Amino acid sequence: MSVPILEVRGLKVSRGGVPVLDISELTVQAGEFLSLIGPNGTGKSTLLLGLAGLVKRNAGEIRFHGRAITNGSDMLEYRRHLAMVFQEPLLFVATVYDNVASGLKIRGMRRSHIRPLVEEHLELFGVAHLSSRSARKISGGEAQRTSLARAFATNPELVLLDEPFVSLDPPTREAIIDDLGRVMQTRRTTVVMATHDRMDALRMSNRIAFMEGGGIVQVGPPSEVMHQPVNQTVAAFVGIETMLEGEVRDSSAGVLVVDINGRSIAAAGSFTPGERVMCLVRPEHVMIFPAGSSTESSARNRFTGTVRSVQSFGLIHRLEIDCGFLLIAHVTSLAMEDLHLKQGMTVNAAFKATSVHVIRSSHS
Amino acid sequence: MELIIEGIRKAIWLLFTLDPEVLGITWLSLKVSGTATFISLFIGISLGTVVALTRFPGRRLVVSLINTGMGVPPVVVGLFVTIFLWRNGPLGLFELLYTPTAIIIAQAVIATPIVAGISLASIQKLPEALRLQILALGATRAQMIWMLIKEARLPLLAAVMAGFGGVISEVGASIMVGGNIKGYTRVLTTATVMETGKGNFDIAIALGVILLIFTFCINAILTGIQQRERPR
Repeated sequence: MSVPILEVRGLKVSRGGVPVLDISELTVQAGEFLSLIGPNGTGKSTLLLGLAGLVKRNAGEIRFHGRAITNGSDMLEYRRHLAMVFQEPLLFVATVYDNVASGLKIRGMRRSHIRPLVEEHLELFGVAHLSSRSARKISGGEAQRTSLARAFATNPELVLLDEPFVSLDPPTREAIIDDLGRVMQTRRTTVVMATHDRMDALRMSNRIAFMEGGGIVQVGPPSEVMHQPVNQTVAAFVGIETMLEGEVRDSSAGVLVVDINGRSIAAAGSFTPGERVMCLVRPEHVMIFPAGSSTESSARNRFTGTVRSVQSFGLIHRLEIDCGFLLIAHVTSLAMEDLHLKQGMTVNAAFKATSVHVIRSSHS
Repeated sequence: MELIIEGIRKAIWLLFTLDPEVLGITWLSLKVSGTATFISLFIGISLGTVVALTRFPGRRLVVSLINTGMGVPPVVVGLFVTIFLWRNGPLGLFELLYTPTAIIIAQAVIATPIVAGISLASIQKLPEALRLQILALGATRAQMIWMLIKEARLPLLAAVMAGFGGVISEVGASIMVGGNIKGYTRVLTTATVMETGKGNFDIAIALGVILLIFTFCINAILTGIQQRERPR
């Protein structure tokens, strides 16, 4: 494997004596899109600032193409290989053109060389028609496009994005994400993006790093973080709503039987009998059948329960089913109508053993 | 009442015939206050920027001192500058007392805290992330400071105006260190004081009108600047 573009080791940052960041290890491969996700205030932005050398390190090392970056002159050199886009566009009081040109001007590039680069990037991010407009007089979406164009104009190897879409309305946000995706595909730019939107992280990244309390608790491909969260915080963040605590009764050939309040759940995993564990089930993986029907399902886990509540999210409905424990299921509107699902109804719920992700209980 | 109307009539006459004495006084005022403002810009903007961008022990005290300086009565400045420039004073050997240079020094001392205070506030008001964004664009420290000053240029222009407005209309220091010598250190304000004292209301009103025009223009520009906004 080639040398990673970025390696972080033992990075520690504190603010006013309080430690806010502690990254034991993080590696970013060239061309990769890594998302930092997690609740607010867990150090995502601080980590990005740390990667850009914009925050005072108390300890730790950052290697760029294998070379350690110290705080002297190579810091400036390093920064000129990267670009950063913040939540706010942070444009200068100047025209859109001059804003996009600013990074190139800083590098002392000649005017004649700047022009084609600026024009290319104005075009790429769809703001060419605003070129001579004052940055004061453009919309929020246009401003963020300008900010992205400014970042990419210097042709950075590494782009750091700090929640760049959070203050945009959904259509604008979609359009900008599309444009950004196209640019990155042709450039093969390495990106590290902080976001608290799991959907953004899932569709854009190759890998996701979950941050909690200033550290990284899980790194892996989106599907892994989605389906095999390492702890309850990650699980809750990636949308797992059913979390059942119980005790392993039996374990053989990778199949566990977990006792939850006297009910048995079959799950895939390797724990030893007697261990306290937590069974996590994604709401999309729970199937609902009419009560009394002969469930034509291969699912190992079948329970009969009462629908305690129904919440509508437009096309998706969220059901709380009481089957001795509380099971959360997501059901489409179509299924709702087919099954005439209502509050107080008795239904059969089923989920596969492989749909249950088991983690060690935090209370044991 | 008749006195005032007669005075205004004569004042208009003096203004429109471009009376050489009135013109001379106006020109000296502009030159002296303009130079003083220019000097105060260099010191004030540098001081304001440094204090805005750095953290050091005693910073709060410095900020308080600058803010206090913004409101120091010109007469007090006049007193201290006079003492310094007095024949036996620390700077007495330059023989600057009762020269236009003395007025420039006094007015620069009055304007510097005003410019520093407004610069400090306007640089500090820029979003903290803007500084990081500029550094992330690959700027050196010097480039970063220059870009921040450029970003704050509108409020800084306000600092220029406020500084100039403050010194062109002050009288206490000018009369103390300049001495109101005819054709040499007589400026708009000191002349107004003297002519009023002598009962020459026509000239006093003419001078007053010129001063009013200056302050009006300055405030009009200031207001225009303050109504603008930063981009997102």
